[in-house]
Amino acid sequence: MPLKDTFLQRYDVAVIGAGVVGCAMARRFALEGARVVLLERGSDILAGASKANSAILHTGFDAPSGSLELECMQAGYREYLQIHTRFDLPLLRSGALVVAWSEEDEQRLPGILAQAHDNGVDDVSLIDRKRLRQLEPALAANARAAISVPGEHLIDPWSTPLAYLQQALAHDAKVLREAEVASGDFDGEWWRLSTARGTLMAREVINCAGLHGDRLEHRLLGRSSFTIHPRKGQFVVFDKAAARLIERIVLPVPSERTKGIVLTRTVYGNLLVGPTAEEQQERDHAALDQAVLQGLIAAAVERIPALAGVPVTAAYAGLRPATERKEYRIENYPDRHWISVGGIRSTGLTAALGIAQHVHRRYAERHRHSAVETPLWPKLPNLAEHRERDWQRPGYGEIVCHCELVTRREIDAAFASPLPPGDLGGLKRRTRVCMGRCQGFYCGARVAELSAGHFTRALAEPLVANRRGGSHGKDHADD
Amino acid sequence: MIESLLDYDVAIIGAGPAGLAAAIELKHQGVARVAVLERDAEAGGIPRHCGHPPFGMREYRRVLSGPAYARRNVERARAAGVELRLRHSVVALGEGGVIDAASPEGQVRIVAKRVLLATGARETPRSTRLISGDRPFGVINTGALQSYLYLERLKPFSRPLIVGSELVALSALLSCRRTGIKPVLMIEQAEKPLARWPLALFPRLCGVPFECSTRLESIEGRERVEAAWIRGSDEELRRIDCDGVLLTGRFVPESSLVRLSHLELDAGSGGPMIDQYGRCSDPAYFAAGNLLRPIETAGWSYREGRRIAALIARDLTDPLPRSHPGIRLQCLPPIRFCVPQRLVTPIGDGLAHLQLRTERPAKGILSVRGSAGVVWQRQVHLLPERRILIPLDRLRLAAGESGLTIELEENRERSR
Ligand SMILES: Cc1cc2nc3c(=O)[nH]c(=O)nc-3n(C[C@H](O)[C@H](O)[C@H](O)COP(=O)(O)OP(=O)(O)OC[C@H]3O[C@@H](n4cnc5c(N)ncnc54)[C@H](O)[C@@H]3O)c2cc1C
Ligand SMILES: Cc1cc2nc3c(=O)[nH]c(=O)nc-3n(C[C@H](O)[C@H](O)[C@H](O)COP(=O)(O)OP(=O)(O)OC[C@H]3O[C@@H](n4cnc5c(N)ncnc54)[C@H](O)[C@@H]3O)c2cc1C
Repeated sequence: MPLKDTFLQRYDVAVIGAGVVGCAMARRFALEGARVVLLERGSDILAGASKANSAILHTGFDAPSGSLELECMQAGYREYLQIHTRFDLPLLRSGALVVAWSEEDEQRLPGILAQAHDNGVDDVSLIDRKRLRQLEPALAANARAAISVPGEHLIDPWSTPLAYLQQALAHDAKVLREAEVASGDFDGEWWRLSTARGTLMAREVINCAGLHGDRLEHRLLGRSSFTIHPRKGQFVVFDKAAARLIERIVLPVPSERTKGIVLTRTVYGNLLVGPTAEEQQERDHAALDQAVLQGLIAAAVERIPALAGVPVTAAYAGLRPATERKEYRIENYPDRHWISVGGIRSTGLTAALGIAQHVHRRYAERHRHSAVETPLWPKLPNLAEHRERDWQRPGYGEIVCHCELVTRREIDAAFASPLPPGDLGGLKRRTRVCMGRCQGFYCGARVAELSAGHFTRALAEPLVANRRGGSHGKDHADD
Repeated sequence: MIESLLDYDVAIIGAGPAGLAAAIELKHQGVARVAVLERDAEAGGIPRHCGHPPFGMREYRRVLSGPAYARRNVERARAAGVELRLRHSVVALGEGGVIDAASPEGQVRIVAKRVLLATGARETPRSTRLISGDRPFGVINTGALQSYLYLERLKPFSRPLIVGSELVALSALLSCRRTGIKPVLMIEQAEKPLARWPLALFPRLCGVPFECSTRLESIEGRERVEAAWIRGSDEELRRIDCDGVLLTGRFVPESSLVRLSHLELDAGSGGPMIDQYGRCSDPAYFAAGNLLRPIETAGWSYREGRRIAALIARDLTDPLPRSHPGIRLQCLPPIRFCVPQRLVTPIGDGLAHLQLRTERPAKGILSVRGSAGVVWQRQVHLLPERRILIPLDRLRLAAGESGLTIELEENRERSR
């Protein structure tokens, strides 16, 4: 090893990418006693695929039987149910209905039921039109039948990975943001990684770089075992009033021809419609398209007629890190001390904990540490609408965001937390500020003021009155 | 958990011009316990962050800036003995005038004989407009810009594209000019500016190029706005280099509370359904100001608040005529909405007018039709964002009328 490297920080494991998979990974390895560093190129965690999803905790009822994906989803599902209360993370036990809207759809239901049973999801059942109407009276009259999947739940897609990472931090993991891994060399024992925040050494690398995983692998290993084909999903979020219209997640019957869309409540108390599935080359821009969004709204209204005229709160888009194949691409390179976790396409929020277990088992074939005996469980602030929110407890100071009822106390707590937000997106994901129907009309400026000095790049510059027309100071004294 | 219970004769939600004017009037009429619940730390409403004139011409007989006007309204209210409950966010409206509010001291339940809703209006944000492209920081409304500039003294961008040409776009231009922000271009989708001549000349006077028949196609930028793509009358797509997009106008009533409640909402105006007394579908509730419709001036909202407050005061001692069954008003395109949406006979002395808006410019004969034929008509030239008033005392209603239709018979040649 070159002499200069003796002074570099050394870790057992470098996890590259702080999406939900990287955060779960950092947690698992920290709990297993490894010295972990998590490297993220964004100014905050969840800068990639993980910032925008449907937030469903899947049972795996429709996943390919016998697949690694199914195994990880079910392991992840079980672990989430075990640990969520210790983090104070929400779980909305909504259940789901796979709704048949056509005769063709209806014919597929028995197959779906059989697959669910194959996958060990036994509490699913077929529901006829009459029962469906009783369960979900707001659905359009052409809803013919459904399969009920009571185990499909809704979770908080932002607080969840944050909780995983905070537990890792509590057990001495390090996280470096704005630390894009640019290059690295492996000397047979140690990886020497160059990041935008300096160089460090790690015995093992776990590639969780999501949409950039193949490129990272190519850059550092000289080849890559998979190719990312980003698949965009656009969503429309309806205002709070709409969330009362349905109880359960309404899933489409998958078919070869149509993708179908999901209608679901969110734990934040909105109603979501989406996502689309659109192949694209671009990996960093998930652009919205007006015509597609209008299509989603129309499709939603077709399925829930009472949605007509309900205002839209937000529209967003996420990119799935899909590859040329359907399955997860978890590749182990024992002689390179490298494991790639690629192609975690559309189930990663559910599967992350299970993926981390799986990857740790591979790692444990070559390295072992002594696991943490009594894990610490940091508590996450609650953002879910079905549980008590901060504004419902006295002493919050001020409501900053009126649409989402976000308090000054919550914003202060986010900035004072072990992993303060690095940008506005991060603050939104930690508090829901500016995410409501007015999208900052009332609170945008206040949030810019409160976040001054906290973000790497300031949102707004202080105003310097211009010489010619700088007379607004006077307005305060003109009567 | 509800920490305390309060009761009032009248609780007013929102301390903007409409809410404050109403509170002052109620006190002047001798109503004893009047409270205004305002979610902000200061009362005054939107004018608080409009650091420009003109405000207060009718109320104070002089031209004031927004903050000065807001301060005067607040002073008048305090002097009249109105109880201002600041930092009280109303979160739910219950039947018969029971409302829940959040406050830093804990949740409060308020029981009032009458409730006046005066929560105002706001501009349509980027998301609701379904604008294509990236979602970077720096795409905001005029209301937000004004709070940046006048309340927080911050500048969110320095070379924005301005979208829209309603009156509020002119306040955007004014504010930019005063703070050294240099808009690169102002665009309007319609063929003509929506604000009235000679205000339409204003962008050019400010040195900002202005294009009509031009729409915003999409926004580009990873973290911050880097460019906007627009399409003009030549259908050519153009990239405009800018660091922000200012979306002006397209106001919508801030009616989320109503939407979540038992009160009837009018899809056309976006506000609660009212009768000519400003009364909602639950007779314990009234509404005034820009919550009723997008959008009027502060002065109009003030006078409307005062008028409806006088009716509430009367209702407390000498109940107003029952509102059901009333006469429903229906609008046909291009008429977008009509406020009030319901009339109670005899028409009497509630609001003086029906307020209408058109969705596009149009000329023709505007008529109100009842079961026995036309009850009012006039030759009109309608423009969007321009108020259209039909005097209520001119409607010749047949006895037992149950519904009226407002329609425009357009002149053959479609006007521009
Ligand atoms: C529309 C949509 C809906 C979905 N719905 C659901 C759902 O309901 N339930 C569910 O379970 N799953 C859902 N998913 C799937 C889930 O969101 C993804 O599987 C998951 O987010 C993938 O996470 P990841 O950590 O692998 O990737 P990412 O979140 O993309 O994380 C990779 C991280 O690596 C960073 N990075 C990249 N290159 C480098 C580098 N060189 N150096 C340092 N850092 C780097 C990136 O900035 C990024 O933060 C959905 C996905 C989409 C898109
Ligand atoms: C950028 C801009 C520039 C303008 N310029 C001019 C101008 O130059 N001249 C002019 O005459 N008019 C102007 N206007 C219009 C003017 O501001 C409005 O007409 C006027 O403020 C309407 O008064 P209002 O009382 O109906 O509502 P608002 O002024 O909007 O007041 C509503 C109040 O209700 C409060 N509120 C809302 N919801 C709740 C809740 N749930 N609980 C408690 N409180 C709540 C709000 O905080 C607010 O204080 C401008 C508007 C804008 C946005």
